Amino acid sequence: MKALRNLFDKMRPTFSEGGKLHMFRSLYEGFESFLFVDPIQAKRGTHIHDCIDSKRLMTFVIIALMPALLFGMYNVGYQHYQHINETVGFAGMFLYGLGAVLPKIVVSYVVGLGIEFTVAQWKHEEIQEGFLVTGMIIPMIIPVTTPLWILALATAFSVIFAKEVFGGTGYNIFNVALITRAFLFFSYPQAMTGDKVWVSNTILGTDGISCATPLAEPAKTNLIDAVTGLIPGCIGETSVIAIAIGAIFLIATNVASWKTMLSVFIGGALVAFLYNNVCPDTNAAAQIPWYEHLCLGGFCFGAVFMATDPVTSARTETGKYIYGFLIGVIAITVRVLGGYAEGMMLAILVMNMFAPLIDFFVVDKNIKQRMSRAKTTK
Amino acid sequence: MSTLFSKENKEAFTKPLNLDNPIAVQVLGICSSLAVTSQLKPALVMGISVAIITAFSNLVISLIRNTIPNRVRIIVQLVVVAALVTIVSMFLKAYLYDVSVQLSVYVGLIITNCILMGRLEAFAMNHTPWASFLDGLGNGFGYAIILAIVGAIREILGAGSILGFQILPQGLYDAGYMNNGMMVMPAMALILLGCVIWVHRSINKEEKK
Repeated sequence: MKALRNLFDKMRPTFSEGGKLHMFRSLYEGFESFLFVDPIQAKRGTHIHDCIDSKRLMTFVIIALMPALLFGMYNVGYQHYQHINETVGFAGMFLYGLGAVLPKIVVSYVVGLGIEFTVAQWKHEEIQEGFLVTGMIIPMIIPVTTPLWILALATAFSVIFAKEVFGGTGYNIFNVALITRAFLFFSYPQAMTGDKVWVSNTILGTDGISCATPLAEPAKTNLIDAVTGLIPGCIGETSVIAIAIGAIFLIATNVASWKTMLSVFIGGALVAFLYNNVCPDTNAAAQIPWYEHLCLGGFCFGAVFMATDPVTSARTETGKYIYGFLIGVIAITVRVLGGYAEGMMLAILVMNMFAPLIDFFVVDKNIKQRMSRAKTTK
Repeated sequence: MSTLFSKENKEAFTKPLNLDNPIAVQVLGICSSLAVTSQLKPALVMGISVAIITAFSNLVISLIRNTIPNRVRIIVQLVVVAALVTIVSMFLKAYLYDVSVQLSVYVGLIITNCILMGRLEAFAMNHTPWASFLDGLGNGFGYAIILAIVGAIREILGAGSILGFQILPQGLYDAGYMNNGMMVMPAMALILLGCVIWVHRSINKEEKK
């Protein structure tokens, strides 16, 4: 640690104003404040300083994502060997998954951070750390067979058009990772849906094995597999247990709001229960029991990691209940009545759009209440 | 002859092509430019149709501008535009049937195109016929240029072709390249249009100030 610190101190003049590598200043500052505490400190006056800045917050989310990611890697290998009828040990499966998933993480980070660093340098701003979490989530919400060039294109698109044009980290209306997925979903439907994309045939994932997804053929799935996560699906979304570990960590460290998470599940459960009893037998998606609905597809992952994104979700405490509840409602409704098999992505994007409106009415109601109270006491 | 191509008249034609472009600067006629630009051919046909209609409706209105009662001028303008649109629509149906099917209602909807009414009100009502004609032509072509750019980008990325001819080689597809399905959707047209306006404004930043 000390050596690293010395290295950074030695390198500082090269990157500061007039130095040889001044054009990479933002890169240097970005890494320095990622590894250490920000060197720029207030010199005068009294300040209460908390080490939990947004970089540390993001680091917590990354840690919370780890169980789902590691399990996802294992599951990629498990599904592969399951479908080619071979038996390999745990390590073999995991290594296979690591080989398939790691390139995606690298591509997502290189493209996304590259654009962020360029923009920061160009606008003479500090590096924003928002891509840290986004870059980890993107590989987890796509099928394992997604070609890397498509992933790079989609990441570039969403970082530029969903984030930088709105003003960078903290100003985006929509969840950047979900925009990446939406871009892939609408641009390259043949690579994102269907029965050939969920299980990879080769290590780089360029080729798929045909297999039905649980949401398309619910009868073939049993609940135990859906909870442990040994089902085909996007890389990080399958295991309820791994996501639950992440959720507990996020709630315990106070990083994500339990109100949003809880209300997503309540909304989804209520509506799914309703459809169970109302819809005719011919609608296969409506016949999935409500508790299975919550375990399948990207419902859990979306509820825990995407709906709770502090930038795009509702910010008022009451608003979080409404926001989460409606996400659950829309997600299940799209699954049952809509044309797509999975509705979580669309539900969260739609509610991202309405989050400011929800906040506005919650605040407005509060102001009115207090006004009327002030009048009556007068 | 010299008065025909005086500086003002030339400007009436050239300005809307670039510095006062109806789409990129005035931000008019957006809806149709999103709807018809999924391929280059309908975009070009649409652009040329609009150019002809703006030019001639400007000309006609400018000719009768002194006889139009001020209180009913919008109705008169609409009648002229509607007549021209009907002529163009019939012409397209007779000679370019495929494209007219592709354009469907959007040819008829040229009547409601903001560029037309905007030019009639802002220019033709108080300028001479020749200047008005040039202005209409300029605005129409300014619209057509942007349509052609967006249409070309959408067609090459969405279908790999230009004007229906395959441009991207089969080898590229064999190597794993795929057409971008979102390019065919109007949502992407809006984003592309935004990029065109972005590029246009950053090029013309100096001159605007």
